[in-house]
Amino acid sequence: MYDIAIIGGGPAGLTAAIYARRAGKKTLLLEATACGGQMNNTGKVSNYPALEDITGPQLAQSMQKQAEDLGAEIAYDRIVRIEPGFKLVGEEDEYLAKAVIIATGTEPRKLGLDGEDRLAGISYCATCDGGFYKDKVVAVYGGGNSAVHEALYLSGVAQKVYLIHRREELRAAGDVVEKLRSNQKVEMLLGTNVTKLLGDKKLTGIELSSGKSVELDGLFVAIGREPKCDFCSDLATDGEGFIVADESCTTSIPGIFVAGDVRTKELRQIVTASADGAAAAEAAIKYLA
Amino acid sequence: MKIIEGTADNFEAEVLDAKVPVLVDFNATWCPPCQALHPILEELADETDECKIVTVDVDAEEPLAGAYGVSSIPCLVFFRDGTEYDRRVGLQPKKRLMKILGVK
Repeated sequence: MYDIAIIGGGPAGLTAAIYARRAGKKTLLLEATACGGQMNNTGKVSNYPALEDITGPQLAQSMQKQAEDLGAEIAYDRIVRIEPGFKLVGEEDEYLAKAVIIATGTEPRKLGLDGEDRLAGISYCATCDGGFYKDKVVAVYGGGNSAVHEALYLSGVAQKVYLIHRREELRAAGDVVEKLRSNQKVEMLLGTNVTKLLGDKKLTGIELSSGKSVELDGLFVAIGREPKCDFCSDLATDGEGFIVADESCTTSIPGIFVAGDVRTKELRQIVTASADGAAAAEAAIKYLA
Repeated sequence: MKIIEGTADNFEAEVLDAKVPVLVDFNATWCPPCQALHPILEELADETDECKIVTVDVDAEEPLAGAYGVSSIPCLVFFRDGTEYDRRVGLQPKKRLMKILGVK
């Protein structure tokens, strides 16, 4: 029986593990793939204080090492259900814990269009797949900060980048939008939706609600992220499925806490996820006292 | 076991003619999750001799990556007796890789 089981090994979960271990709690961290979460999709991290020149995977590995050196156990398993008690049921095994911290994060929202899962040339991560589009024509779909950053990143690789957004105005911060506007390789198609994906095995283009069709080698989808928690239906969530909790990270079920991007919050960053991890661990420690 | 660097020249000998299951990791230096996957593959390589691990740099080996339809990385392609029998895109835990490779 563990004192605290943490589901998810991103910055929230890893920080929670560090705090839980420093308080002497028997701690298990459950991660479905590899520790790091979205940090693993990030090239350079430029806004984590004091670490001016670090990549996402480096930061992830260093957080993981700190948690493990302090004695946190890590098991690689995808949790599918939490039963009272608490019994965490995974695809591989079952785990018992007195308190649970959910730190499962988010996943990219999909287009929901025919062919999305089948066609090559559709991506949700420019830093992962951008290199395949050297001197090719690509589009980024979305209007937030991530979309604009992806478009800027891709403009350094591709021959041409379209930025497609359903509204006339981009939601991204003004300075990056300005950078994008002055970029010769970027063409904006605003006030229009992607309505159809074209191609047989490989994406060859898209159709837009404006009636226009665009020939493409690659489409990068950046229309937001959704909470990743299939087993959270018993918890109070907001309209989008994020687990409702304030800064104390306390959920509607005593003994279950939430940390990081999967919690209702304004700003989703590595540093705010880490902050949640500390708060959730503290709340769990108090609950166990 | 040592991780082998795969190229168009040695692919047949190292992968297709191998007597054990082979995991081919298509990756690139610019791909952050590929860097995150690397220590997992190294750990796996240290623990078993029942399979082979071959890494292919998609920039240096563009035609090879193209021949296997790789357009999203890290892309893990599993071969047995010269035939692809499974494929996973993105980070994977070591346990799942071992299960797919049939190693203990």
